Amino acid sequence: MAPRVRGATDPAERELLSAGDVARTIARMAHQIIEKTSLGSEGHRPVVLLGIPSRGAPLARRLAELIAEFSDAAVPVGALDITLYRDDLRRRPNRPLESTTLPEGGIDDCLVVLVDDVLFSGRTIRAALDALRDAGRPAAVQLAVLVDRGHRELPIRADYVGKNVPTSRAEEVHVCLTELDGRDGVYLRREADQ
Amino acid sequence: MKHLLSTDGLDPAQATAVLDTADTLKRTLLGREVRKLPTLRGRTVVTMFYENSTRTRVSFEVAGKWMSADVINVSAGGSSVGKGESLRDTALTLSAAGADLVIVRHPASGAAHRLAGWLEGTGTGVVNAGDGMHEHPTQALLDAATLRERLGTIAGKRIAIVGDVLHSRVARSNVHLLTALGAEVVLVAPPTLLPTGVDSWPVSVSHDLDAELPALDAVMMLRVQAERMHGGFFPSAREYSIAYGLSERRFTLLPEHAVVLHPGPMLRGMEIAAAVADSPRAAITEQVRNGVHVRMAVLYHLLAGEEEAA
Repeated sequence: MAPRVRGATDPAERELLSAGDVARTIARMAHQIIEKTSLGSEGHRPVVLLGIPSRGAPLARRLAELIAEFSDAAVPVGALDITLYRDDLRRRPNRPLESTTLPEGGIDDCLVVLVDDVLFSGRTIRAALDALRDAGRPAAVQLAVLVDRGHRELPIRADYVGKNVPTSRAEEVHVCLTELDGRDGVYLRREADQ
Repeated sequence: MKHLLSTDGLDPAQATAVLDTADTLKRTLLGREVRKLPTLRGRTVVTMFYENSTRTRVSFEVAGKWMSADVINVSAGGSSVGKGESLRDTALTLSAAGADLVIVRHPASGAAHRLAGWLEGTGTGVVNAGDGMHEHPTQALLDAATLRERLGTIAGKRIAIVGDVLHSRVARSNVHLLTALGAEVVLVAPPTLLPTGVDSWPVSVSHDLDAELPALDAVMMLRVQAERMHGGFFPSAREYSIAYGLSERRFTLLPEHAVVLHPGPMLRGMEIAAAVADSPRAAITEQVRNGVHVRMAVLYHLLAGEEEAA
């Protein structure tokens, strides 16, 4: 997929997190994951990070690298595509599938941390939980998101939140990551013309 | 995409999208305990087979079931077709009974196109699972998927289609699809088994299999369709086999990397030697396996999208 151009200089757009903020936020989340899952201590449960494509996948890889740096614990990373589990397939044009890669050892009896860029309605996460059920039986599932923008439509909450952003439904949150967009940053855009 | 009737005129980008989806589905399901996706829940797929088939019908059924669609099989024998109902009435009945997609195989060329015309405006899609001597698009897609997997790419590869081209819908669909994807296709057959108008196809034609083999990346053997032959197309089965069969001797003329395909059902000893069919360079069982994923991808592209997406 060609990197989408996001967060161009647009007057209707406000920067929520700069590149530096993104780096610090992800580092903080890595520390929180280490702390909450007792990673690095004796007898901790195996932890697996699963990113939800497209932007959750590079986020999960970054978190894993930082966790390895901070705690010396190697955390397996994978990607979980949820397209086939979406509840709005019939309402949208056909979309291409992204790849799902599970770590070598699978996810059975692991603590799975789902990673996504933005938490909004919660429907993506519901689909991810359904997808996870077909992929194996984790001991527990947690959720890490870079931005929580509210407007939940399902009883779902995140265990690790990079930044809480109060938004209106007319706004859009764009997360840019170097791996896909050429740079880091989080932007809030008013939906004017669309 | 609402119908899949032929590979003639199929947009290469669309074909590639289907192949990519098939590839992702295959990797997603690999080694999984539960081979079931909820994607097409509540969709009804009817297979309507007026001709015998094992692999196509089974793989469409498996594909539908793995995607959670409800799959109903209608065969000409056990249905009202036996009482004289026309194809049109049967199709309208199935559509009225709630079919979102009708998968049809019929001995008459063009049957699927007619069906799609009759079902215009009903919201029911049509997939051609083989119509007479015309087309069999999902077979061509699964052949392309298998070739892509084995050879890495299709563009620039030299692929021979050998045997009964005249009666073969597989050959027609493959000619359109493989050339659209950038392959160089050569048809190898006796002059009696080549269709008229073959000179207007984007292929080259040869009558000498031995001469073609060393330059090939893949060779696709076709079954001699005795059931469609009402006349002397060649002197004897033995003579055909000697001239156009892929024997063990011929097999050694192929380059190391070349792939052997056969759409099945095979007549061992006729167009392909048993030892060749069972060699690791033959991808015949892989074709069947890929058939399921390719058909899942086709169902996904036809049924999962927006209702009114043109």
